[in-house]
Amino acid sequence: MQRVKPLDHLVLILGALFMGLPVIVALMSSTHSAVEIHSNGLYLTPGGDGGQTYEKVLTARGGFTGDVTGLLMLGNSLIMGLGFAVGKIVLSMTAAYALVYFRFRFATILFWAIFTTLLLPLEVRIMPSYQVMATLGLLNSYTGLIVPLLASATGTFFFRQFFKSVPDELLEAARIDGAGPWKFFIDVLVPLSKTMMAAIFIIMFIYGWNQYLWPLIMTTDESFYTLMRGIKSILQVWVGSQIPDYNEAFALAVLAMIPPVIVVVVFQRMFIKGLTESDK
Amino acid sequence: MATVTLSAVGKTYAGGVDAVRDVNVDIKDGEFVVLVGPSGCGKSTLLRMVAGLETVTHGEIRIGDRVVNTLDPADRDIAMVFQNYALYPHMSVRDNMAYGLKNRRTPKDEITRRVDEAARMLELAPYLDRKPRALSGGQRQRVAMGRAIVRQPSAFLFDEPLSNLDAKLRVSMRGEIRRLQKRLGTTSLYVTHDQLEAMTLADRLIVLRDGAVEQIGAPLDVYRRPASSFVAAFIGSPAMSLLDARVADGRVWVGEHAVAPATVPAGEVTLGLRAEDLRIAADGALPMRVDYVEELGAQRIIHGFVEGQQIAVTETGADSLPSDLRLAVDPGALHLFDVATGRRMDEAAAQPARELA
Ligand SMILES: Nc1ncnc2c1ncn2[C@@H]1O[C@H](COP(=O)(O)OP(=O)(O)O)[C@@H](O)[C@H]1O
Ligand SMILES: [Mg+2]
Repeated sequence: MQRVKPLDHLVLILGALFMGLPVIVALMSSTHSAVEIHSNGLYLTPGGDGGQTYEKVLTARGGFTGDVTGLLMLGNSLIMGLGFAVGKIVLSMTAAYALVYFRFRFATILFWAIFTTLLLPLEVRIMPSYQVMATLGLLNSYTGLIVPLLASATGTFFFRQFFKSVPDELLEAARIDGAGPWKFFIDVLVPLSKTMMAAIFIIMFIYGWNQYLWPLIMTTDESFYTLMRGIKSILQVWVGSQIPDYNEAFALAVLAMIPPVIVVVVFQRMFIKGLTESDK
Repeated sequence: MATVTLSAVGKTYAGGVDAVRDVNVDIKDGEFVVLVGPSGCGKSTLLRMVAGLETVTHGEIRIGDRVVNTLDPADRDIAMVFQNYALYPHMSVRDNMAYGLKNRRTPKDEITRRVDEAARMLELAPYLDRKPRALSGGQRQRVAMGRAIVRQPSAFLFDEPLSNLDAKLRVSMRGEIRRLQKRLGTTSLYVTHDQLEAMTLADRLIVLRDGAVEQIGAPLDVYRRPASSFVAAFIGSPAMSLLDARVADGRVWVGEHAVAPATVPAGEVTLGLRAEDLRIAADGALPMRVDYVEELGAQRIIHGFVEGQQIAVTETGADSLPSDLRLAVDPGALHLFDVATGRRMDEAAAQPARELA
């Protein structure tokens, strides 16, 4: 047994406070009215306007067209998150499979080429990507929102390393057992990759969920609004003597946190289970 | 069931490594043939060519009456057992065994019947629903064998299947493999670097050296009449002592000591002496300086030097030994090898002093 050291606990408590306080402040402040927040600053105690604010945020129609509700934005963000996570996993797994198991010339060079180009952040290639999508007529569509960002260097790299660590004998046993390339992938590699898939799902879901710049540029139609844009647009309404709806921005932010938290909790369990169970 | 025929089979890896050279073997139906040789001599390469996991650069491989050189592993009607088991980690024992049959679209009830039968044979019935990671090494190896058995192939191929097991388990699994193979009567090709495993399992041994066949024969024939000094030193434990000697006046000499009569032409030779063919005797021909003694219980191995050359003797005594002994050699127990080529010289069969236990 390790002795409990007070200093360790102090550090942990400080760390937890540091990470947790902003969230608590956001949650508590979202239950006060905008006026209260504007005059008294942020709150650490619950107020009485919570139910009303959250209901308004979720259902009230806003935006220029008056069609955008919190639920719609939540739905769009979910589509982005799930589309990203699933799409990236499928694409990077198949790419890594080809790179590792099919002996074609220049596979290594090809891999590094993919890798280096994709290391460039989206911002660098945002204009050409926009141009391509515009030419294809994919502005204001989920396809246009998701597909250009699917190719994932990180995912391909992780799956490549993982596949390389799978013993060759497994492939050979499968070949003798009459499993072709497709069956080997589906019957052996995919089940073995569950842990990797869970880990990448977490990362990519959050990446997609938090996208701001790309949806901002890609979509002009308000029905494609995501939560991230919603929060931003609330705070932008600073016209004349109008007070921004701080409470609504906080409520949206709190709502925006929930799905990623669920994803992390669920998939982390899968991830840890996979770690303790798998041996290749 | 089938024969396996290798004709002038060779393998050159990319980069020009000749891993296997000109191997010719006829494996009879139901025969258990063991490929043995030191690490890196090309055993796995040869086996994997038969399995179809490695392309054949030269020659022809037949299984039954089909040339299989270009067939996929799955179409060769063979089953293979790997050293590291290569079980599918995410499948239960039952699914591991059934996977190959499922891919062949074997009817469900037939799969169940065969898997249950194999599980009974291998005493795996209680573990059918476990994952491989919940099994011991020996059990995993049995599952790997079960996976081979349920396929009912023409031939079993084994690549050092027991090397990952501890010594005791290795001995019992060895017996089990032999028993199963006899019972099923399936032609088998078995790779090992362990000469004892090879001796005890094989109907016939193939000794490989640097990719080429050094000798093919029944274990006892190989033991009694090694075709070369390499085989002599490789097969048998303790290894046969090889001494620099010379033939003159119709006798074999080590230094100034005449050992026994010889019929081969005069000149330098390599003299091979099995430890059990030497006796300690006051009037023995060879003086030996004792170096150290290995006690094995039933017998002991005395290591020492004759004329500065290493030699080993087995005997059953337990008395303390003087530091200098004299060794007597049974004239029929000499093995003479050409110094340059290492090939066996005498054609007369060497008579063993004692039958192999
Ligand atoms: N894929 C390969 N490419 C090149 N050389 C190889 C390859 N596999 C094995 N070799 C070489 O072929 C020789 C025989 O190897 P192997 O058949 O594995 O030996 P063994 O199983 O008897 O230990 C070795 O020298 C090894 O280095
Ligand atoms: Mg090998």
